[in-house]
Amino acid sequence: MDVSCLFRPSSMAVIGVSTAHDSHPANVIYNKNHLRYPVQTFAVNPKGGRLNRELLYRSVADIEMPVDLAVIAVRSRFVPDVVAQCIAKGIKGAVIISGGFAESGNKDLQDQVADMAAGADFPFVGPNCLGIYAPDAVDTFFLPGERIIHPKKGNIGFVSQSGGVLVDQMVKFAGEGIGVSAAVSIGNKACLRETHLIDWFEQDLGTRVIAFYIEGFDCREGREFIQRAQACSKPIVVLKAGKTTTGIAAASSHTASMAGDYRVFSQVMQQHCVAEADTEYELTSFCEALSCYPKGIFGNVGIVSVSGGHGVVAADACGHHGLHIPKIAAATADTILARLSPEIQQIVALDNPVDLTGSCVDADILTSVRHLSRDQNIDCILALLLPYSPGISADIGAKLSQVARNEGKPLIAYVPKEDKYKIITEGFELNRIPVASSVEGAVLMAKALKRCRPW
Amino acid sequence: MVNQRMQQIIADAQPMGWVLEPFAKELLAHSELTIPTGILTDSLDTARTFLAGAAHPVVIKAVSADIVHKTEMQAVVTGIQDPEVLASHMQRLLALKGCDQVLVEEMVSGIEILVGAKNDSQFGPVVVLGPGGTGVELYNDTAIRLAPVTPADVCSMVDTLGAKPVFEGFRGRPGVNIEALTQMVVTFSHLLMELEPWFESIDLNPVICTLDQCVVADARIMLLKK
Repeated sequence: MDVSCLFRPSSMAVIGVSTAHDSHPANVIYNKNHLRYPVQTFAVNPKGGRLNRELLYRSVADIEMPVDLAVIAVRSRFVPDVVAQCIAKGIKGAVIISGGFAESGNKDLQDQVADMAAGADFPFVGPNCLGIYAPDAVDTFFLPGERIIHPKKGNIGFVSQSGGVLVDQMVKFAGEGIGVSAAVSIGNKACLRETHLIDWFEQDLGTRVIAFYIEGFDCREGREFIQRAQACSKPIVVLKAGKTTTGIAAASSHTASMAGDYRVFSQVMQQHCVAEADTEYELTSFCEALSCYPKGIFGNVGIVSVSGGHGVVAADACGHHGLHIPKIAAATADTILARLSPEIQQIVALDNPVDLTGSCVDADILTSVRHLSRDQNIDCILALLLPYSPGISADIGAKLSQVARNEGKPLIAYVPKEDKYKIITEGFELNRIPVASSVEGAVLMAKALKRCRPW
Repeated sequence: MVNQRMQQIIADAQPMGWVLEPFAKELLAHSELTIPTGILTDSLDTARTFLAGAAHPVVIKAVSADIVHKTEMQAVVTGIQDPEVLASHMQRLLALKGCDQVLVEEMVSGIEILVGAKNDSQFGPVVVLGPGGTGVELYNDTAIRLAPVTPADVCSMVDTLGAKPVFEGFRGRPGVNIEALTQMVVTFSHLLMELEPWFESIDLNPVICTLDQCVVADARIMLLKK
C-alpha cells in the first residue's frame, strides 16, 4: 500500500467545506493548506459557488487536475458515497476526519467504507481523527494554525490513537526543541494502523525514531506490531494508556491473574527492544536520545559534574531507573588526574560521579569525558554542565560534542534551560548530542538507550 | 506437533473447560516435558503396590472436575511413606466431590518454579516464569515473554526475577539446572504456539527443579470457551 500521497501530496481536495461556517473543520483545513502549504488545494461542497473568491467544486469529479489526497469532513452517512467518488476520480488516498463510526456504535458503516477502500487499494487514515501534520508538506488538523503549537521539522515520526494527546505531545516536543517528520492521528484506524506506519516511517529518510501513543490493540494486533517493530531498523518508543488490570475470573489460572493485559504489553515490548515511556515527559526524552543514538547500551553510566550535589542527584536517579554507576578504573582516574588543571587536582573527586568542582575549566571537562569514554566499564556519559561557573565557556557545547564524536560513546548533556545558555545547548544539538533541561531528563535519556543491548 | 492423542485430551476436556491434571501431564509428556512417575487409580491395592515399588515418598491428589484449585480443598497429601497413612488419605480423597480416581506419584523435591502461559487477546501466547508454589500471586514475581522464546529470552527472564538468587542457589542450598530449565521453557513455549487455538491459560505450578532436571509436579490447562 503506497501511502506517500498522504504525507507528500502535490494536490488535495477538502470535501465538506462550508459556505456558512468559517470555523467548520473542513474550512480550517482548506484555509491553512491553501494559504500556507506547498500543496494545490481544492474546496468541495455539493452546493458549489465560491468561498473567499475561490471556486467551490460540486464534486471531486469536477476538479480538472489529478488529485493526490482527499480530506473528507462530511457527515458520516455521506462518507461511503464520497469515498466512492474519490476512488472513481483516481484520488490516491484519504484522511477521513468525520466521526460517527465505530466509536459511536456504527461499526457497519465503518466496515462498509473500509471494505470499499481495501477493494480499490485506496489507503485512508481515520475515521474520527485529526489526520496528518507533515511539516512543510501538509496539515489536515482541523485546529486553526494560530491556536496550536507546531514543532519544527525534525526526525520523530509520531503516531497516536488520540488526536488530543497528539496535539498535546506536539506542544511538549516543541517546548524541548524536538522536531517531527510527521505526526499522525489514526483515530479508529479502520484502514491504516500502527503497523502500516512503522513501514512508512522506516523507509522515510527524514525519520530517525518512531513514537506511538497506544491505548490498545485489536485481537492479535499486538503480535503483528511486535513482528514489524522487530524487523524495523529504527528505534521505536511507545507510551501506553490504560494500564489498569482488567478483571480476571476467579476460577481462572494463577498465571492469567498475574499476567494482566498491561504487564504483558510492557514486558513484551521490553523483550523486543521497544522503549516504553512511562510518562509524556519520558516519551519526549526518549525520542530526543534515540534520535541521536539508535544503538543500545548495557546501562553503565559515567557521570561528570561540576557540582557534587548534581552528581549525587543524577546517581540517585540512575539507580531509580535501573542504570548502573560502575567504579571508574584506577588507570582512568590516574590518567584524568594527571591531565587536570593543577588548581583542582587536590579538590576533585574522581569516583563516579566525577566531581570536577566549580573551579574547573573547559579543558578539565573535555579531559574527563574523553578518558571516561575510553573506560571499558562505562558505556554512556552524562555531563552535568552548570554554566554559572566562571571557568566554563560558551563554547563548551561545541567542544564537548567533538570529543564525544571522536570517542564514539554516547554523551548526554544537562544544561539549565535558560535563554542565556542557548549557545551551549545549540553547540551540542547542532552536533547531534542530546541536551536535557533537567538532571532527571538526562538520566531518562540514558534509560532510553538501555532499551536494547549494544549488538 | 499436536498429535491425535493430544487432540483427544483437549476434545474430552472441552465440556468441562479445563484439562484434569493427569491428562494435562500426559499431554505435556507428549511434548517431551518431564512428569513424575505415577499412576491414576481408584484401587487401594494398586496404590499400595505403587508405594511399595516407589524410590521416594509419594504424593496423592484428588482428580475431580469439581476441584480446580486443590490446595483450598485439601485435595493433596504429600510425603506419604506408610501404607496405612496412604489408605486413610486415599479414602478421604475418594469421598471428595466428583473424585472417582486418585493420582499417586513419586515425590520430587527441589526448588518450586511456576511456568505458566496465557493466550493474550492482543499478543497471543505468552510464557510466564517465576518462583512457584501456593503463594505465587502474593509475590507476583514473574517475567513474561512472547512465545515462542529463545534460550536468551529465558536467561533474561531469570535475570529480572527477584527470586533469581534462589534459582542460582541461595544460602548454601542447591540452585536449579538453568540449562534444563531453559530447555523446558523453550519447549513449552513452542507447545503453546501449537495449542494456541485451544488454550486460555496454563499453570505448571510447581515445576520442581533440581541441579539435574525440571519435573512438572502439577499442571492445569484452562481451555478457551468455544
